[in-house]
Amino acid sequence: MQQEIIISGFGGQGTLFAGQLLAHAVMAKGLHVTWIPSYGPEMRGGKARCTVVASDEEIGAPLVRRPSAAIVLNLPSFEAFAEQVKPGGVLVVNSSLVPRRCERTDIRALHIPATDMAEEIGNPRLANVITLGALARATGLVDIEDLEKALDDHLPERHRKLLDLNFRALRLGGEQAG
Amino acid sequence: MPEIPEDMELIYARPKSLTLNHTHYCPGCTHGTIHRLIAEVIDELGVRDRTIAVAPVGCAVLAYNYFNMDSAEAAHGRAPAMATGIKRVSPNNVVFTYQGDGDLAAIGTAEIIQAANRGELFTTIFVNNAIYGMTGGQMAPTTLPGQVTTSSPGGRVVQSHGHPVRMVEIMATLPGVAFATRQQVLDVRGIRKTKKAIKLAFQAQLEGLGFSIVEVLSTCPTNWHMTPEEASTWAKDQMAAYFPVGDTKVIPEVEALAKAR
Amino acid sequence: MAAELLEGNAAIAEAAIRAGCEAFYGYPITPQTEVLEHFSKRMPELGRVFLQAESEVASINMVYGAASAGARVMSSSSSPGISLMQEGLSYIACSEVPAVLVNIMRGGPGLGNVQPSQADYFQATKMAGHGDYHMIVLAPSTVQEAIDHVVLAFDLAEKYRTIAMVVADGAIGQMMEPAELPPMRPVRRFEDRPEWALTGAKGRDPNVITSLYLGAENLEAVNIRLQEKLARIKAEEVRWKEYDTDDADLLLVAFGTVGRVCQTVVREARAKGLKVGLLRPITLWPYPEARLHELAGRVKGVFTVEMNAGQMLEDVRLAVEGQCPVGFYGRMGGVIPLPDEILPKLEEFARELGVEGAGDGAAHAEDADA
Repeated sequence: MQQEIIISGFGGQGTLFAGQLLAHAVMAKGLHVTWIPSYGPEMRGGKARCTVVASDEEIGAPLVRRPSAAIVLNLPSFEAFAEQVKPGGVLVVNSSLVPRRCERTDIRALHIPATDMAEEIGNPRLANVITLGALARATGLVDIEDLEKALDDHLPERHRKLLDLNFRALRLGGEQAG
Repeated sequence: MPEIPEDMELIYARPKSLTLNHTHYCPGCTHGTIHRLIAEVIDELGVRDRTIAVAPVGCAVLAYNYFNMDSAEAAHGRAPAMATGIKRVSPNNVVFTYQGDGDLAAIGTAEIIQAANRGELFTTIFVNNAIYGMTGGQMAPTTLPGQVTTSSPGGRVVQSHGHPVRMVEIMATLPGVAFATRQQVLDVRGIRKTKKAIKLAFQAQLEGLGFSIVEVLSTCPTNWHMTPEEASTWAKDQMAAYFPVGDTKVIPEVEALAKAR
Repeated sequence: MAAELLEGNAAIAEAAIRAGCEAFYGYPITPQTEVLEHFSKRMPELGRVFLQAESEVASINMVYGAASAGARVMSSSSSPGISLMQEGLSYIACSEVPAVLVNIMRGGPGLGNVQPSQADYFQATKMAGHGDYHMIVLAPSTVQEAIDHVVLAFDLAEKYRTIAMVVADGAIGQMMEPAELPPMRPVRRFEDRPEWALTGAKGRDPNVITSLYLGAENLEAVNIRLQEKLARIKAEEVRWKEYDTDDADLLLVAFGTVGRVCQTVVREARAKGLKVGLLRPITLWPYPEARLHELAGRVKGVFTVEMNAGQMLEDVRLAVEGQCPVGFYGRMGGVIPLPDEILPKLEEFARELGVEGAGDGAAHAEDADA
């Protein structure tokens, strides 16, 4: 078993953190995991993405061209990765910021207005967590509870007061994946 | 050392901080004088067994053969970096660098200025003889305007070669520096004052007051093509005119040390 | 101590601290800066020395000084900074003081870029500094190995009084993986510093740390001693890892980041019926030439993959000694070659050699387009 997940968006959308959260949850399940970032020279507003590989055996390549699942939080990321997801895989699209639909029938594409939903619950920066919840449910890689545990263990101290809101975002996302 | 009979008094001896080795310096060169002054100061302070000398690249490259203490030989210009490395991991050791003008004021300018600015707690003895001695008399960063060297055969032209660098004046502007002075070993009075300055520089280090540097106007009869006497006269007349002797920075704590003795 | 999800660069710094590193001198450069930043936070907490130097030239000479004083000391940098350190490395090698250096390699030549690269293989293994010497060079391909290699580097550097360098790249430096840090070793007390160190000549003759030996025969004698030491290192410290080499028809050779990428290539090739093995050198110097020579006598071809124009390739050819054909695939400028581009190249090589399971070349074209 191996799954590769790419999470991509603008810098500041929390793609790297969402990937780390996933990596922590995968690790807690006793699987091998790698998390590797890739970003442009800008400190803010540039491209930001990470790749998480989860496997039941030692991981070779920590990077893939064709992931088994992807979260795309903005249009450039959609354009870069919607076609790259392997057949049978999962694509989570932040439809608040991506005005296009993925018409592929060989993957499961979820179009979620994550930024709007995040605003509704009071913090527009939680789009990453909402889409992560959806990805977890759709791929079955980890449970929402695993991610909650990872959040509890690893949310930086300064964001601690947002823990419950993060939990809510995860569950909202999970519901979207039904 | 032979025992001294009761009715006699020892008035002169080889400092313990110098080895028995004969130096390789040319006749009339003042490196030997400066080595001795440093050795006397280290003896007087009683710190020989915890002092580490850092030798330069240049005529004094073999200084560790003459100083009877732990020594390192640095890469050209890097003695202040090496001394920083040593002093930071061994704060109870006494550390000094011994550097020439090419080493300190050309290739090692970055290292000496940065170390001084950090206020590193070591002492630098800077020997300025206005020429590259070891490589055979090329232009130094301190070569005087008009001075003929093997790489400025028509004399130093400041418009194209740049100006001689006054290092201790630059040092005086750096907050990390506790004591900066220029002295000379061209006559007896100068030699005595140089020793006082070297002692004060080491005391400033021992008291943890900051970086200390003593520039010493020196001679190179061989590459200046002069007799030792002519060289001393030329240095006093010409060099001291461009490089004035005297303190460029003495912080009050160092001033107090000087008064206390 | 349990495994934690650790970032490579921070793990390297923390591993060094736990190995008893008492001083770090360095200069910021991407993609190495997290190493320096970790030291800047931790060393003052522990009462140890951290100093941001004015340049890599100064950093390595500070390391030279602190090592001469008998302290466990290191620096880290990335390619252009390592170029600046070559002078100091040559002096350290001749003076025989132990020092540890980490190079988080980036794309070159020149200012290049900050992407992962292996283009400093020559610089690390053939020596860019002047004179006859070598450093021990360790090449991790996981965060755990990076930790283990840093600890090993300190021990080897002291065992042989030499420089031990860990070469990684930004991929390993910025990757997070579960890994375990070693227990904290105490810093060596001043009184316990080695007897050759500059600690002050109290009750003994002065120690001198120098790389100056006037007189050809004197310096030759020093060189002979250095070469004897290097021969001992070559005999005792060669390290590598093997994957599926027992029944391999083809042998991949790759190190570091692309070494682990090739683990995936081995799996995918075998799934398609091509019997591929992998030799992953851990020590780039000394190179596992004897083992590679032996394996080359058993396989039909050796295929080298690197993130450069073919630098280790020269050592591979020297070790294979013409026993079988040697192929090469490399990416430059900071590009990490992925399995889906390496495998078709490997299959093409296999077809040329008539290796069983190489396919007919039709299948991979589709993959390559995808």
